[in-house]
Amino acid sequence: MSSSSGESRDPALSVDRLTKRFGDRLAFSDVSFDVARGEVFGFLGPNGAGKTTTVRTLGTLLEPSSGSAAVAGLALTRENGVEIRKRISIMPESPGLYLRLSILENLECFADLYELPDPRDRIERALRAMDLTGRAQDPCGTLSKGLRQRVALARALLSEPEVLFLDEPTAGLDPVATREVHELIVGLRQRGVTIFLTTHRLEEAERLCDRVAILNTTLRTIGRPDELREQLFRKALTVRTLVELPDPARVFAGRPAVSGWHQDGPAAYVVAVSDAGVAAPAVTRALVAAGADVLSIGETQHSLEDVYLELIDEDREAARR
Amino acid sequence: MKLSRRRVWAIVRKELREYRHNRSLILGMAVLPLVFIIQPLIAVLDLSAAASSPLGDEHVLLYMLGIPILVPVIVAASAVAGERQQGTLEPALTTPIRRDEFLLGKALAALVPSLAIAYVVYAVFLVLVVLFAQQGIASALIRGPDLLAQVLFTPLLAAWSIWVGIAVSTRSSDVRVAQQLGLLVSVPPVFAVVLIALNVIPATLGLALGCAAVLLVLDVLGWRVTSRLFDRERLVTGAR
Repeated sequence: MSSSSGESRDPALSVDRLTKRFGDRLAFSDVSFDVARGEVFGFLGPNGAGKTTTVRTLGTLLEPSSGSAAVAGLALTRENGVEIRKRISIMPESPGLYLRLSILENLECFADLYELPDPRDRIERALRAMDLTGRAQDPCGTLSKGLRQRVALARALLSEPEVLFLDEPTAGLDPVATREVHELIVGLRQRGVTIFLTTHRLEEAERLCDRVAILNTTLRTIGRPDELREQLFRKALTVRTLVELPDPARVFAGRPAVSGWHQDGPAAYVVAVSDAGVAAPAVTRALVAAGADVLSIGETQHSLEDVYLELIDEDREAARR
Repeated sequence: MKLSRRRVWAIVRKELREYRHNRSLILGMAVLPLVFIIQPLIAVLDLSAAASSPLGDEHVLLYMLGIPILVPVIVAASAVAGERQQGTLEPALTTPIRRDEFLLGKALAALVPSLAIAYVVYAVFLVLVVLFAQQGIASALIRGPDLLAQVLFTPLLAAWSIWVGIAVSTRSSDVRVAQQLGLLVSVPPVFAVVLIALNVIPATLGLALGCAAVLLVLDVLGWRVTSRLFDRERLVTGAR
């Protein structure tokens, strides 16, 4: 893959205050981020947040209204459109295959559109990578949704792109096909391909992406999933006991690294802490000293979904006000 | 701007492969020439030898130039609208292909079967007339200048028709609507051809040269106008 050649230290994508409007309607606004070469970058957001429009803009299908970007080392300008499209590949949400043609005929067409040297070899490699060799002659119209998605991925890999844009690659797929696509993305990541993945499947982003950005017309946040959790949620311990504590304040208040607590059910407590490593042993000792039967004590886990919902809810609240 | 032959050829080859599997398109391309050939053939074969003399003053067979006007429109009208309908336009446009390469590929792919059909149908008509018409009818109908006009005007008219079809296709999101609109736009040139064939407009060398020059200009203009109508952004976002 070109991305592993190390020919450049520039980011694979560099976006600076990019905005796209359709007349009066704002698709996305003031979006800035960098994606390093070889990184899997998740782009999350609700429907209509501007994810697909961002991909189309970076893929030179749409012209930005303002702002600037560099894609695969080239400034995002109309003049660079052909050259940028040579270096990238986009797999849209819908596979968009020529259904009357066979898998092989589809790939032959795209190999020629990219003017690939040695197209036979490239096609064979793409078919092998997607485990489609035995079905090369099958008309695409006869394939299942999952297989069509695989053909679309094979097509996207033909040109060995520096940056691969995957727009909702698992939308509408069953769990088995979804798992297959995830495995393919993991394989691509291991080969050093820079992947820009738009999705609203949060577990997918958490599992596959090095960093994620959350877009809701404007960029709400960006970072590693664990960083985002830390940024957004205070650290806490979740304590469960067999029966309700008669005097929980006596147990929790004043312990080292404990900043507060609240009851979260009949015999469950959430203890806000500054350092879980210091607070947990102290709280455990206090519980034992108070004669409580402890069922569990552990650091509260927030998922990327919690982060996402928190931010999107904030936006909804702001819109309501 | 340099056009890539390989990318143009990729579109041509893909289109020709798709035509092969598209029954409704093949049917549409077959029915129109049949309309042009069957009834007139019956009428010609029914003519007596005495009718050969008035036929010598007309250019009846020029009406068959309607084939290269109508057949390409059906094919070309599906060029862009068909891709949009199938959801294949966006993946194709994400490749390095330029707008003009894409359009030229589409136009050439429509031109190849259109010319083949127009020439083959014309040849079949002539052969049947020679074999089965009354004495003198064939020589009255088949004349050198008319043959030359058929050979030369077929590609000129087909090219014009193709650009009209593709232009309509870029503005439509439905293939059938695009085909119907394309056929509608093609009616005036067919009407003009019929008037010439029936000698209402006298067919002279000057008229032929003038028409050829105008068609050449229209063909070049057609490409340019269609290229302008092909707005990547509007086509991808589905805006009207």
